[in-house]
Amino acid sequence: MKSIILSVGTRYLVGLLIIFSIYMLMRGHNEPGGGFVGGLIGAVGFVLYALASGTEQARRALRFSPEGIAVMGVFCAIAAGIIPAFFGDVFFTGQWWYTGPGGDDKGFVLSTVLLFDIGVYLAVFGGILALIFALEEF
Amino acid sequence: MSWLLTAPIAIPFVTGVLAFALRHYRAGAYVSIAGCAALLVASILLMSETIAQGVVAAPMGGWVAPFGIIIVADILSAIMVVITAIIALAVAVYALGDIDATMEAQGYHTMYNILIAGVVGSFLTGDLFNLYVWFEVMLISSFGLMVLGGRAEQIDGGVKYVALNLVSTILFLGGTGLLYGATGTLNMADLSTAVADVDDGLLTLIAMLFMISFGVKAALFPLFFWLPASYHTPSFAVSAVFAGLLTKVGVYALIRVFTLIFTHDPGFTHTLLLWIAGLTMLTGVLGAAAQSDFRKILSFHIVSQIGYMIMGLALFTPLGLVGSVFYLVHHIIVKANLFLVAGVAGRIAGDSELSRIGGLYKSTPLLAVLFVIPAFSLAGFPPLSGFWAKFVLVKASLEIQSWMIAFVALLVGLLTIYSMTKIWGQAFWEPHPDGREPTLKSLPIAQRRALIWPIAALAVMTIIIGLFPGGFIALAERGAHQLLQPAEYINAVMEARP
Repeated sequence: MKSIILSVGTRYLVGLLIIFSIYMLMRGHNEPGGGFVGGLIGAVGFVLYALASGTEQARRALRFSPEGIAVMGVFCAIAAGIIPAFFGDVFFTGQWWYTGPGGDDKGFVLSTVLLFDIGVYLAVFGGILALIFALEEF
Repeated sequence: MSWLLTAPIAIPFVTGVLAFALRHYRAGAYVSIAGCAALLVASILLMSETIAQGVVAAPMGGWVAPFGIIIVADILSAIMVVITAIIALAVAVYALGDIDATMEAQGYHTMYNILIAGVVGSFLTGDLFNLYVWFEVMLISSFGLMVLGGRAEQIDGGVKYVALNLVSTILFLGGTGLLYGATGTLNMADLSTAVADVDDGLLTLIAMLFMISFGVKAALFPLFFWLPASYHTPSFAVSAVFAGLLTKVGVYALIRVFTLIFTHDPGFTHTLLLWIAGLTMLTGVLGAAAQSDFRKILSFHIVSQIGYMIMGLALFTPLGLVGSVFYLVHHIIVKANLFLVAGVAGRIAGDSELSRIGGLYKSTPLLAVLFVIPAFSLAGFPPLSGFWAKFVLVKASLEIQSWMIAFVALLVGLLTIYSMTKIWGQAFWEPHPDGREPTLKSLPIAQRRALIWPIAALAVMTIIIGLFPGGFIALAERGAHQLLQPAEYINAVMEARP
C-alpha cells in the first residue's frame, strides 16, 4: 500500500515517537514509564515507517539489525545484574555514581539501574521489530 | 548464597549473548553447549544446597520481602532446575547435528538459551508478577524458535501457539491484578498468609483465572488445542525442548499456586482439578490414537501425561504430590527423548508421517532399542521410570478411595501402549514403503554422534531412575512435604536478607 499522506505523516511521527520513547525511558527512573513501555513506543515509530515505506526502507533507517539491538539490550540488562558482584553486592543491587561535588548536589547521576532500563528498552525495541519485520516480509 | 540462586538464571543469558556474537561460526554451538554444561553444574550446586539447608532464598538487588523480588529454591524448584539443565545440555548437543548453519546465523542458539533462562527463572522466582515476566521471556523466545526456518506450516503453528498463549497471559495478568487489589502484595509467600483476609468467593474466582491461565500453558483439557497444532512444525531439537519443558512450567505454576496460595477450598478447586486431570488424560490419549504422524502422536501424549501430574496435585495428599513431582521428572526426560528419537527416525527414513517410513528395526536396531526404552517408560512398563511414577499416583488415589481416577489412570496407561505399538509397528517393523533401508551410517560420523549420544544418555537416565527409584522418591517426598507444609518456604522468603 502506497499512500502519500501516510508516508509524509510518518516522516514526522517517527521522530516524535522516538523522542517520546526516550523521554519515557528517562522518566521511568522515578515516575511511571521505563524501558519496557519506552521500547514499545520506539518500536511503534519504526513499525509505522515500515507500513508506510516498506520493511526494506525501515531496516535501512534502523542501520543495525533488530536482532542485534535486542541482544545488545539483553547484554546491558544482564551486565547491570552482574556489575554489583565487583562491588561485593548481591545480584542486581543498584550501583550509583555521582558527578556532583557532594552533599545535596549530586550532579549528573549514573547508575546500573539506568543501564538495566536501557537494556530493557533495547531488548523490547529490537525484539518487537525483529518479529514484526519478519512477519511483514513473510 | 545469593549467587548460587542467581547463577542458573544469569548463565543462560550470558551464553545467549556470547552465542549471538558467534552466530556465524560453529563456535556459537559450542558456546551454547558449554553454557548449558555450566548451568548443569550451577543447578547441581543449588540442589545440594537445598538438600543440605532446606529452602534457600535471596532478595534481588537487596530489596527484602515483601517489597522486592525474592529468588527462592525449595526441593521442587531445585529438582526442576536440574532437570531443565539436563535437557538443555542434551538438546544443545543434539542441535549440533540437527540445526543447520542458516538457522544458527538467524540466532538459534541465542533464542534457545534465552528460552532456558525463562524456564529457569519461572522455577526460581518467588514473585507472581516476576513469574509473568518469565512467561513472557519464554513466549517470545519460543515463538522465535518455532518460526525459525520460515516454512508456511511453521508460521501457521506459531500463530496458533502465540494467540492462545496471549489469551492465557491476559487472564494471568487479570488474576494478578485482582489478587494485588485484594491483598496488596504479589510475593507468593506473603500471599499465602495474606489471602486469609480475602472473601472466599472472590478468592475462588481469582483461583479460576489462574487455573485457566496456567491450564492453557500446561495444555489441560479443554485448553490444549494449541499444542498438537504447533509442536510438530519446528525443527526436532526445538520441539524436543518444547515437549520436555514448556508445558511443565505451567504444571509447576499450578502446583505452586494451588499448594501455597489457593488452599482455602480444596473441596471445590482441587475436585475440579481432579476432573480436569481425568479428562486431560483421556482426551489426550484418544487424540493420539487418531493421529498418524510421529510427532503428532507424541504431542497428544504430552497432553495425556500432563493429566497424571495434575492428578497428583488434585488428590492433594502427600503421596499424590510425591507422584506429581516424580512424574514431572520422569516425563521431562522421557518425552524430550522420544522427540529426539523421532528426529533421527525422520532424518534417516525421510519423513515423520508414519505411513511413509518403515524398516527401522531391521536396518538400525540401535535406534529401535533407544526408542523402546522411553516408549515403554512412557507407557509404564516395569522396571522403567514411568512404572514407578504411575504406581505412586495410582496408590495415592486408592489410598483416598478415588476409584474413578485410579481406573482412568490405568486405562490411559493401556491406551498409551496402543499408540506406542502403532509407532513401533509402522516405523520400525513394517518395511519402508519405498523399499529403502534407512541406516544411521547414511549420516556423517560427527552428526551421528551428536544425534545419538544425547538420546542414549537420556535413555540411561530413565533406566537408572527405574532401577533405583528409592532415592528419587525420598527426594520427592521431601519436596512434597515442603509443598504441603509451606511454613518453611514462607519463613525462608520473608527472612531472606542480602
